[in-house]
Amino acid sequence: MAALYEGYTLCGVGTVQNSSNIGILGVEQGRDIDHVLVTDSSRFITVYKVSDQRPTGSWSVKRGQMISCPAVFNTQSQEYVVVTDDKVVRVWNKDDVNLEKAFKATVSADVLRVLSATDSEPVVLFCCGAVRFLDLLLASPQQPIEHVLAEDEIIRWSTIVKAEHQLVILFSTEQRGEHCLYIQRFDPNTLVKHRFETEPGLSAPISFSATCRGSNIHLLYLYLNGSVYESVLPLRRSSTGAEGVLALSRSLCLSLPLGEEKLMSGAVVVLDEAHVAVVGFPHPSAGPCKDYICIWNTHFQTLQACKEMAGRIYSQLWCYSGKMYIPHGKMLSVIPFECQKSSLAAALGKQKQTSQSAESKSCSFVSSWTAQTYSDVTQTAEIKSRMSTKNNSDVKSALTVDQLIEHIKTSAVEDVQAEVGEFIRWTPQADLQLAVGRLALELVSRSQTDANFYPQCVFLRLLETRYLCYSVCPELLSLAMVKKDFHLCQIAFQIFSDIPEAVTCSYLKTILSTSDSEMETVNLDTDSVMFMKELTRAQSRSDEEGGQLNGFCSPALESDVSDTPSNKLQRDPLALDMSCPVGLHKGALLNEVLQTAYSDRPLLPHLKDFTVPQVIVFLQYLRFLYFKYCHDAHKQIRALRTPSISQIIDWVCLLLDAHFTVLAVAPEAKRLVSDLHKFVRSQVKLYTELGKIEGSLQVLKNSKRSEDFGMYAIQVIELF
Amino acid sequence: MGEFKVHRVRFFDYMPSGIRALAFNGDTERMAVARMDGSVEIFHCSDRFFQEKIIPGREQCGIEGLSWVGERLFSAGLNGGITEYDLTNQKVKYTIDAYKIPWYTFLILCFYHLNLDRQKSRIVSLSWHTSGSKIAAGMMDMIQIFNVETGHSIHRMLADRGVGTSRSKECVVWSVVYLSDGTIVSGDSVGMVKLWDDQTGTLIKSHNVTKCDVLALSVSQNEDSLVAGTSEGTVVQFQFVSMVLGKDDKEWVRTRTFKNHTHDIRAVAEITTAVVSGGMDAQLVVKPLLDKIEVRSAASALRKIHFPHRRLVFCARNSGLMLFQYPGHLELWRLGESEGKGIPGSSLFVKRNPEKLLHLKVKGEDHIRCSAVSPCGEWIVYSTASSLRLYRLHCDNNNVSITKISKLPKVLSSANQLCFSSDSSHLFSASTQSSVHIVSLSQSGCKFVGTLKPKSGSHQAIHLLAASEDGEWLASANSDHEVHIYNLQTRKAHCTVPVYSSAVTAMGIHPTTNCLFMMYADQQMCEYSIEQKQYTDWSRTVQRKGLHRLWMERDTPCLNVMFNPQNPSHVILHDTYMLCIIDQSLPLPDDKTQFYNQLTLKSLTEDQRKSHSHAFKVCKTFKDILCVELISDQSLVVVERPLEDVATQLPAPIKQKKFAT
Repeated sequence: MAALYEGYTLCGVGTVQNSSNIGILGVEQGRDIDHVLVTDSSRFITVYKVSDQRPTGSWSVKRGQMISCPAVFNTQSQEYVVVTDDKVVRVWNKDDVNLEKAFKATVSADVLRVLSATDSEPVVLFCCGAVRFLDLLLASPQQPIEHVLAEDEIIRWSTIVKAEHQLVILFSTEQRGEHCLYIQRFDPNTLVKHRFETEPGLSAPISFSATCRGSNIHLLYLYLNGSVYESVLPLRRSSTGAEGVLALSRSLCLSLPLGEEKLMSGAVVVLDEAHVAVVGFPHPSAGPCKDYICIWNTHFQTLQACKEMAGRIYSQLWCYSGKMYIPHGKMLSVIPFECQKSSLAAALGKQKQTSQSAESKSCSFVSSWTAQTYSDVTQTAEIKSRMSTKNNSDVKSALTVDQLIEHIKTSAVEDVQAEVGEFIRWTPQADLQLAVGRLALELVSRSQTDANFYPQCVFLRLLETRYLCYSVCPELLSLAMVKKDFHLCQIAFQIFSDIPEAVTCSYLKTILSTSDSEMETVNLDTDSVMFMKELTRAQSRSDEEGGQLNGFCSPALESDVSDTPSNKLQRDPLALDMSCPVGLHKGALLNEVLQTAYSDRPLLPHLKDFTVPQVIVFLQYLRFLYFKYCHDAHKQIRALRTPSISQIIDWVCLLLDAHFTVLAVAPEAKRLVSDLHKFVRSQVKLYTELGKIEGSLQVLKNSKRSEDFGMYAIQVIELF
Repeated sequence: MGEFKVHRVRFFDYMPSGIRALAFNGDTERMAVARMDGSVEIFHCSDRFFQEKIIPGREQCGIEGLSWVGERLFSAGLNGGITEYDLTNQKVKYTIDAYKIPWYTFLILCFYHLNLDRQKSRIVSLSWHTSGSKIAAGMMDMIQIFNVETGHSIHRMLADRGVGTSRSKECVVWSVVYLSDGTIVSGDSVGMVKLWDDQTGTLIKSHNVTKCDVLALSVSQNEDSLVAGTSEGTVVQFQFVSMVLGKDDKEWVRTRTFKNHTHDIRAVAEITTAVVSGGMDAQLVVKPLLDKIEVRSAASALRKIHFPHRRLVFCARNSGLMLFQYPGHLELWRLGESEGKGIPGSSLFVKRNPEKLLHLKVKGEDHIRCSAVSPCGEWIVYSTASSLRLYRLHCDNNNVSITKISKLPKVLSSANQLCFSSDSSHLFSASTQSSVHIVSLSQSGCKFVGTLKPKSGSHQAIHLLAASEDGEWLASANSDHEVHIYNLQTRKAHCTVPVYSSAVTAMGIHPTTNCLFMMYADQQMCEYSIEQKQYTDWSRTVQRKGLHRLWMERDTPCLNVMFNPQNPSHVILHDTYMLCIIDQSLPLPDDKTQFYNQLTLKSLTEDQRKSHSHAFKVCKTFKDILCVELISDQSLVVVERPLEDVATQLPAPIKQKKFAT
């Protein structure tokens, strides 16, 4: 499960004349997860406090100078590093006002980028492929830089990966159409060159994203045809392997759907082991528009979340600690996201949500706006940010999920009810989806431990959101059954689509074993009760008329004229026993069960647990329904949810299958089963009769063709 | 059950003649219909409108008016003659040439006593007042009332001409009706139905019912309802009702309009429960007035009678010849031949087309009353009202020639019905007094053998004859519903079938059991064992169980009864819309059974069919059937006359003003 939350604007993106289309050189992690360093492609370097959406510091280079690589933050020395005019390395700290007055050193070769990882010395990557640690380089700036790459080999992309105190620099190059990946490791210094497999029609990867998992580096790269490949590289050099150029083994992990338009660019970012974010590719069902950010699950190839971005997307995407930074139109937006452990159930939206991770906390930061106690939040900032993120103001009055959960643990039922109501009202839909499950879990667990705590209204409220399903909170139904809360059960059976067969059966047993008198006091869904009322009334009405309703075919009509005695026998069960064997409410609840989804194979063993009286009552009820339906009584009743005749017949079959031997010997079942049999036989007869008119209909269809044979013909006719 | 090869014949160009006049006799419930060709037909209104009697017309004999006087029927023709009909023997009794005055259309009744003031204008229509002292005459542009005793005109009432271009045309008062309260109703060529007061000679009320002509008017017996027929084919009803509930002030109010005709309506009549209309499209339409009908039944349905209830096609069973009876000539055709076999529903390849062998024109002006062809195909006989002619047919290869048998016995001067014995050795000719003359046929000629006379009973004309296959028996049916059976060996009356209330429409003697199978106009059927002189068990079962509702509701009579020699339990019947085989070995359908079950049976398997079959196997493949005959090679001849074909041969349905000369 992954979700994209409402994004907000961090800053504007200036249009740059000399740079073709990229307005931002880079977004780098700042001194903590709430700070980022945005390097403008013109002259500005700005530090933003993300949660405040405001800059905390900004520096610019003199006119005429040009920033040639994104600025980075050196966490070792708490200093910022940037390179201007390819050769001048500038280092400053946040108190420096003027970049010109900060430390600078000119190096002897062109610098491509300064790469920085947390808690390690930044690494300077030269255009010629050589690398130096920043401190060592600044110690003697004019030291000679060796040429690693060939003359016309250009670095297209580079990154730094750090894991287990091991730094690895990855960069890809292009030389006369050939694309290679270099892996620079330190201690010892090794450089391995891999060649990208080339296919006809596939030029080069357009976007890379590398992450470190375990002792491997996972490199994902995207081609223009929508293929996302993954290559796994060892973090440490395995051994003194073969020198020279190695082919890069790869595996396809995602094929993005392509629209009709030809794509020029795109970007991919790995979010976690199962999710990637993609920009610049069309949404599979939203037409040719490319301005979407999509989260794909690479395990199941499913689209998990998407968001349309206003304005043009630049195929740039960064991701730091649960937020994505995406320049689009004239702004740089921050989009918080959340990825959960992937399972098939989750991918299909059916899994219980256990989102207690740090990421989910980070996502709730939006709603924790009022709860935060940052001293530096000024009134003006608040107003300003409220204006820029409209949605935030809506949710201000609600509690956070975590706060609410804390409340649930202790508060009285009424308070919980009020708070949950508020929460549901104010929380945006996407957040609610994740929160409702947690709330339900918490409420159920409290109810299980505290006998006096049973907030039925809250449960109903949560069910109403339709975000709950059985797997999210399995205990809810069993709790309701223990509490004999048939109303809640009924609603749950209406809403849940994933109730296991065992639970369905135990619920059925509970219904069947509860007395009708007890049941009638229960407050149920009115629509279902109305249906039962009408159904039983239709019975008395047709009894009064003394005749059979239209559409019902008495077997007497089809029988041969001669066997009148058997006619009488057949007629009997039909005329008799049309009274409803259970109370209205029980009937309404049973109807709900009949409409739930099930698979017959898992259901059968559980059905066998029924006692004989339960089976007989249920079967009697099903027979009642079946007879009614065959009399077309239900057609006159307007109800939203009614069991279909095939559902009824399926259940009759299941019950008979499960209890065949019992029903065969039980004396009290004999009449019931024989009635059913006779009725079904008459129905079968009816349908065979209907089959007979097929010929007539066929002729009607064919008779359109007029037969014009002129004045004379010799034809053959057949009489039967 | 079985496959049949069917010769589907559509080249019989029978054209029904347009209806010119209607006269209803309320006492006997009979409707007399006069057609353009001069024929007069008598329909029995309470016996499903069965056409009991047909008096054939003759050339140049236009009937313009019909009238019942008690049980006597008179007609007046264009030539000014008045004819009385002998309804018992179904022929013209006498014709009086009244002054050669070109009366156009009349209600007659001794009008030749009249010596009215000389009129400059033509009288188009006339109507008597019930007192007999006054007469209303419709003329050009006016209506005049004459005093019968003085012969002087009492009033002249001017009918308005139409507006616009029709202003210059004369207004023809096509029809007048003189009511007993002194009201005169007129229908004219401007499309108006006008009500006049005969005391003052003033117009009471005027109804514009059509843009065309109002050609016919008729008032009900109790004078509370009036129907007008127009040249558009509509019938408009007026009723004499009180305008204020409970008050006696009654007025004529236009109430209903029916449109069942495509052409001019030349005659309308209101009978007890229905309006009957007829016109140029030759169909007799009976439109029931639903306010006068209490129960829904076959009688309450709209009835259209297109074809005569007599056979016009005869087949020579053994030689594949067909005889078509037209009013003025006979046609003899040889059926075609097919090649190969086909699946049911398919058409076979026609190896040889049907061939017209003979076109036999009638001598004299009289139209053919009846005709027959012998089963062997050697003899052809026809009779008009005045003469009977017998021909011998010679067919060698492709040369067809006929010789007229010249010296006929005197008894064969005319016949009401003709029939050959199955071995073609004898001719039976139904004559007056319900008697049947037997003539033996041989190479040399024919010889009178004897006369069969019923023991007692009515002397009505015989309209059906049926001879048994073995030459033992002959059955005759007359219009008094009597069926007499004669033993041909002894030439004596054998017995009489109990008289049933409905007319016999078709009958046949079973070839193996010698049972007489009769179809009645009310759709009942009876099987009578000649040898045992009683109804058969099957017939009693049918009577006891009753026939299926759908069978009873058919509105055309069965016109032929045939037997399948290969399966003695099969009786083949037909009416205008269906062909039916009754399998007497199968159970009878009751009202709950699906009656028309052929399509159902078709879709079932052989085993299932057994349990779903019943005695009536109705084939609805054919429509507008004039005749079905089973010929000796087990194939059926079905002669159809599609109504669409009839319609295309009718004159264009536009009003045409025709004036008498």
